[in-house]
Amino acid sequence: MFDLSILFASVLNGITTGAVYALIALGLTLIYGVLHIINFAHGASLMVALYGVYFLKEKIGLDPYLALPIVVPAMFAFGYVLQRVIINRASHGKDENILLVTLGISIVLENLALLFFKSDTRNIETAYTLTTVNIGTAMIALPKLVAFIGALVVSAILLVVMRFTFLGRAIRAVAKEKHGARLMGIDVDHVYAMCFGIGSACLGAAACFLLPAYYVNPMVGSGFVLVAFTIVVLGGMGSFVGALVGGLLIGVVESIGGLYLGESLGQVGIFVIFIAILLLRPQGLFGAST
Amino acid sequence: MKDFSSIAGFVLLVGCIPFFTDSGVVLNFVMMALYACLLAQAWNILGGFGGQFSFGHALFFGTGAYVQVMAQVHLGWNPWIALLSAMVMSAAVGFSVGALSFRYGLKGSYFALVTLAFAEVFRIVALSVTFTGAGVGLMLPLRESFTNMQFTSRTGYVWLVLGLVALALCTTAWLRHSRFGAYLQAVRDNEDAARAIGVNPFTVKLWATVISGALMGSGGAFYVQVFQYIDPSLAFGPHTSVEALVGAIVGGMGTLWGPVVGALTLHVLADVTRNLFGQLPGINMVVYGCVLVLIVMFMPRGIAGIRLHLFKQPVKTPSVGKERA
Amino acid sequence: MTSRRQFIGQSAAAASAMAFPLVGGAQPKTVKVGVLHPVTGALAYSGQQCREGVMMAIEDINKLGGIKSLGGAKIEALLGDAQSTPQAGAAEVEKMNEAGVTAIVGAFASAICLATTQAAAKYNLPHVVDVGVADQIVERGLKNTFRFGPGYKKCAEVAVANLHVLNTAAGKPARSVMIIHEESLFGTGTANLLARELPGYGYDVKEIVKHANPTRDFNNIVLRMKQVNPDIVIPANYYNEYALLVRTMQQQKVTPKAIYSVLGGAASSYKFVKEFPEAANGIIDCNHWFSPRDKRSLELKKRVEAKNLFFSYEVFMAYTAMRLLADAIERAKSTDRAAIIDALNKSTFSDHIMPYGTTQFVNGQNMGAQPLMTQVVKGDIKVIIPRDYREVEPIFPLNG
Repeated sequence: MFDLSILFASVLNGITTGAVYALIALGLTLIYGVLHIINFAHGASLMVALYGVYFLKEKIGLDPYLALPIVVPAMFAFGYVLQRVIINRASHGKDENILLVTLGISIVLENLALLFFKSDTRNIETAYTLTTVNIGTAMIALPKLVAFIGALVVSAILLVVMRFTFLGRAIRAVAKEKHGARLMGIDVDHVYAMCFGIGSACLGAAACFLLPAYYVNPMVGSGFVLVAFTIVVLGGMGSFVGALVGGLLIGVVESIGGLYLGESLGQVGIFVIFIAILLLRPQGLFGAST
Repeated sequence: MKDFSSIAGFVLLVGCIPFFTDSGVVLNFVMMALYACLLAQAWNILGGFGGQFSFGHALFFGTGAYVQVMAQVHLGWNPWIALLSAMVMSAAVGFSVGALSFRYGLKGSYFALVTLAFAEVFRIVALSVTFTGAGVGLMLPLRESFTNMQFTSRTGYVWLVLGLVALALCTTAWLRHSRFGAYLQAVRDNEDAARAIGVNPFTVKLWATVISGALMGSGGAFYVQVFQYIDPSLAFGPHTSVEALVGAIVGGMGTLWGPVVGALTLHVLADVTRNLFGQLPGINMVVYGCVLVLIVMFMPRGIAGIRLHLFKQPVKTPSVGKERA
Repeated sequence: MTSRRQFIGQSAAAASAMAFPLVGGAQPKTVKVGVLHPVTGALAYSGQQCREGVMMAIEDINKLGGIKSLGGAKIEALLGDAQSTPQAGAAEVEKMNEAGVTAIVGAFASAICLATTQAAAKYNLPHVVDVGVADQIVERGLKNTFRFGPGYKKCAEVAVANLHVLNTAAGKPARSVMIIHEESLFGTGTANLLARELPGYGYDVKEIVKHANPTRDFNNIVLRMKQVNPDIVIPANYYNEYALLVRTMQQQKVTPKAIYSVLGGAASSYKFVKEFPEAANGIIDCNHWFSPRDKRSLELKKRVEAKNLFFSYEVFMAYTAMRLLADAIERAKSTDRAAIIDALNKSTFSDHIMPYGTTQFVNGQNMGAQPLMTQVVKGDIKVIIPRDYREVEPIFPLNG
């Protein structure tokens, strides 16, 4: 039905779009995998990061990619504080309360943004926004290609941290056995906050790569939350490789689905996969079988 | 029984409000508050008593709403019959989704996410299929009469939703005192132990989903009778799913009056913040969000649960069940 | 029993009146008007722009002496937030009713308007619809509902007829069409109408693509466009998606003979033209627009821009809706709701900045309402059709 060149371009598009999804999912899978919480505030945090990138460009002319060293640590601090000071304190460790607390936080963040930044959609204009790179017969937007590379780099960094650093080992210990880890002298609250911080830092990176090809307004985060959750489940909770592969896969499915079923019905492909994974292989592609 | 007499008292008290005022504002407020209670109670049956948190309860809401409209518009049925059919269809959807999810052993966050996914699938399909009106949605023609379940003043709607809320309350009371309810709570507290004493968790959870779905569907049917318009995002969007679970959790899950108290508190909170801070758009929701977090921080077992908290000595038990290991 | 009901009713009314963020202070002899828009939630931007339009109109009316037939009574706005849901909109109507408003202006979005007009109808409260393009709003037989601007049926008809005019005048270079629309009420309704009308004029609707709100990426749709290679691309969607679509087309170097929007979200938007001048260039839109011949339009535009806002359609649609209402109150010589409804029905309001001529309401719809065809030329938006409002010659096809 479609030319091969169209199909090829569509797949490439899916991969590059999926890379951004993967960046968003990386943070979520860490938070979900270790703290076992469904973070309703993930979309709102992405929005905060996007505004950060936007204002850095508008006010001091800093290019989004150059803003990485500022936005990523800032988001890390944001996440750490959020978890340590609010979520941890308010939820008393109960799942349903964490849910409500993150929900409350997302409402507060979205409406603070509405209050301070108004509801307009904002875009940034950079020299390379419209540049495309020719890969075969396909024209791929440069920002999306950079996002793809960025996703690979961030995943690699996360893997290295998890495997080779003390923090990584502590995180893995806490994820497996919280009480045992505490007995071994690991400060569990600190580890939880570090995880949330790292997860938010990933959003910071995602924002830097996303904004050149997209836009920001107070409600922008909600469009990514469901997709991010699908990827986390598809890839396996707590697995970075899973989030990366899952993201790329979902991106391609969305792309091909959109091509054949239309951009509206094509979304259904994502959720059908979501349900299928949950039913047939809940640990996801790369998760450990419980 | 104490439960049923308190329910009767509640119904009588609220039912008399229309005799004391014809203020549209008050009646509308009471109607929407009761509507929120209905949603929260429906969720509570599966979430609070059954321990299965659903993030996609809009699935049943939307089914009920669409069936209510389609039965009248496409099939010409009487709205009262349509209401029954809406509840039956929502129950059927509950049966299917429940059977699928529990057959594959989905629990906890996995179950929550799968319900969310199903709600999204229904939303997307409703957007694409012509008999649901696709993106345009469906409208219920305006024709006010008792037989047509459309009332000129809000009073009629208040009594209608009160009736549904009473139904939900009685169902919840029945759960508290019946064997089935005991089985359900046993499964919630420790599924393996329950299985060991001969309870079939699959059947029990499945029926809880069916009941919960039917009640939620009645909420959807009610919504469409009042506002006479439904579209895919109103029907299956996350807004309604969140409204249902928030009321139940804040109020106190697994209790009789928790969802009522919670839904009412949040409804009043939303209204008060909108009135006090309406000048600058957004402030009211910021306050709402902060209060929500504070409620959770200081009343972790919900508002209704605070009574239990005050009168019971905290007992240190090994972490099982809902709290994360 | 009755007196107690009345007492509670009156207390509630008093409480409601105090509950509204009053603008302009409490003065004696004012005419209260409910201003209801979704100023929070997903539709916040449009809702706030509408509210701005209404408030500026009220400011102007009061400056000119208020409602002279009521002794110079000033208009007092009671602001309401529909929170982007029909339920909240309907609840606000109840409050406004009890606070004693004489009429309501609002509520931008069609789905919300359906609920608010109906809630207002219970109290025979006149409700002027400022934007809400769904035709169902004025087709339900509600006596209190009045829409000053056109619905999407009218817009689709005008758009198709004018496309034919443009195409014929250029020697019929265009034949194939691709429609890209957003998935909800306005987009689907518009697309359905277009798909029905276009073949009758000899156009080949090759493809109709529906997309979600929000859509994160338009590359696939643009790829399909490359494959289908339509002469004309017709988008009908909201600002964010429209902007993304057109930018993606620019990026992928897809250049159809015309981008011809119907109620396009960014097509006749000063914001879009300012931010993406290259992508916007040449886009034709059939949309709500003010009369470029009326000097007051430009004055209003300057005032709005001085507030650092864009002069978007929400602003001038809401502005004129309020002026229409004020004119009716003036002629009704009273704040009685039935009198105002009667005055609206008989309205021949023509002293406005919209290209609608003399107002004439039939079943709540102003028959004079029409959209205008605009085109982005040299970084500015100019009217091309109808001839009596034309500012520049249309460029059709774009690369012909």
